[in-house]
Amino acid sequence: MLEHIELFFKSIFVDNMVFAYFLGMCSYLAVSKKVSTAVGLGAAVIFVLTVTVPLNWFLDQYILQEGALAWLDGNRETPELSKYADYDLSFLSFILFIATIATMVQLVEIIVEKFSPSLYNSLGIFLPLIAVNCAILGGSLFMQSREIETAGLALNYGFSSGIGWFIAIVAIAAIREKIRYSNVPAPLRGLGITFIITGLMAIGFMSFGGMLTGGDDEAPKPETNTAVEVPKEEKKIESDNETAQAVVSENNQ
Amino acid sequence: MGLLSKKDTKLILDPLADDNPITIQVLGICSALAITAQLKPSIVMAVSVIFVLGIGNVVISLMRNIIPSKIRIIVQLIVVATLVIIVDQVLKAFAYELSKELSVFIGLIITNCIIMGRFEAFALGNGPWRSFLDGVGNALGYGVILIIVGFFRELLGSGTLFGIKVLGDSVEKTGLYAIGYENNGFMVLPPMALIVVGIIIWIQRSRNKALIEEN
Repeated sequence: MLEHIELFFKSIFVDNMVFAYFLGMCSYLAVSKKVSTAVGLGAAVIFVLTVTVPLNWFLDQYILQEGALAWLDGNRETPELSKYADYDLSFLSFILFIATIATMVQLVEIIVEKFSPSLYNSLGIFLPLIAVNCAILGGSLFMQSREIETAGLALNYGFSSGIGWFIAIVAIAAIREKIRYSNVPAPLRGLGITFIITGLMAIGFMSFGGMLTGGDDEAPKPETNTAVEVPKEEKKIESDNETAQAVVSENNQ
Repeated sequence: MGLLSKKDTKLILDPLADDNPITIQVLGICSALAITAQLKPSIVMAVSVIFVLGIGNVVISLMRNIIPSKIRIIVQLIVVATLVIIVDQVLKAFAYELSKELSVFIGLIITNCIIMGRFEAFALGNGPWRSFLDGVGNALGYGVILIIVGFFRELLGSGTLFGIKVLGDSVEKTGLYAIGYENNGFMVLPPMALIVVGIIIWIQRSRNKALIEEN
């Protein structure tokens, strides 16, 4: 239980996808002009990460790792007896992970559209974008390289990294909405100031670094996650065509 | 310019400055920032992206008429993933230390938005040779920013370039350190990458007013 709690807070604050690893920066910068769209994309990222990280964990455990194929001839417990013991398919992980992600995103899109049109309307536009969000693939690759042990922890890791990303994008969107009224030097307007603010926010998040290392009497308190309890808003999709450009950048030829 | 017509040269040169993928198009920032604490990984990353984007653009361009548009994203991802696996395996074989250092970020070239962006915006509508030039040009523009950021972060953060102590020895107080210079340890931390890129954008847009965004 304790490891779950620790992983949860660590993934949100200490190893925040955006501030510690710069993952998903493209959509982070492109879709953070309004809080409402940011909430939509953030929710979609949480959702997809929660689904794909555990799935890829199973792929990693049962297909990709060295000796993982041992279950094929019934030697799951004693891989060294299996004739598949020497098979190491981990070089295939990129292609398998990204295929899983792309398929899952497509599948999720179809299912959501069928069963919950209102959710689809709020998330739908963001879902295709997510297949190429670095944070999603990054989640799976970190899961693999950190050798997360159980499927439960993988699920936890996916979910909490998603929340970390959500917090980051909603926070920057809120700041950008306000900064529109400030007198920013002209060349810094838009992109430049967003970079610098993100840098400052990252410095702020670094102060969470000591959160989990101070003594072992646990109970890490996530103080001050600064007003990002965002009410579930009803989406506004007007400005969504600008989001689509994040990936499918404008066809200017 | 026997080999390259004027238009072709533009394809290569434009992304280096006025249409830079990182500072203007805002693509490919994901993997760009995390690995720029030192110069060497930045260069390796730049070269990898040049390889992947150059070849990938040609492949997609050759297949552009037979890819059904509904599944094109998956086709593109598979093409990139294959190329990235090649890069990853080559690095593991010949530069193991470096590939450990770059860790997941080589894999993340797959989801680098520059690559998908150029496939979508260029390779799907143009012939192989022009696509190749466009790919190389954009990857070069990406690499230039990476190298600039890596240069400053390594120089100011650790006082070295490629691991060579160019500013003198900080322990024995030689060179610049003799007159009281100190390394700025902050530069090697992740947040400074963002701020350095922010400053590059600032400088670039001050010099070229046409690039300034509306508020």
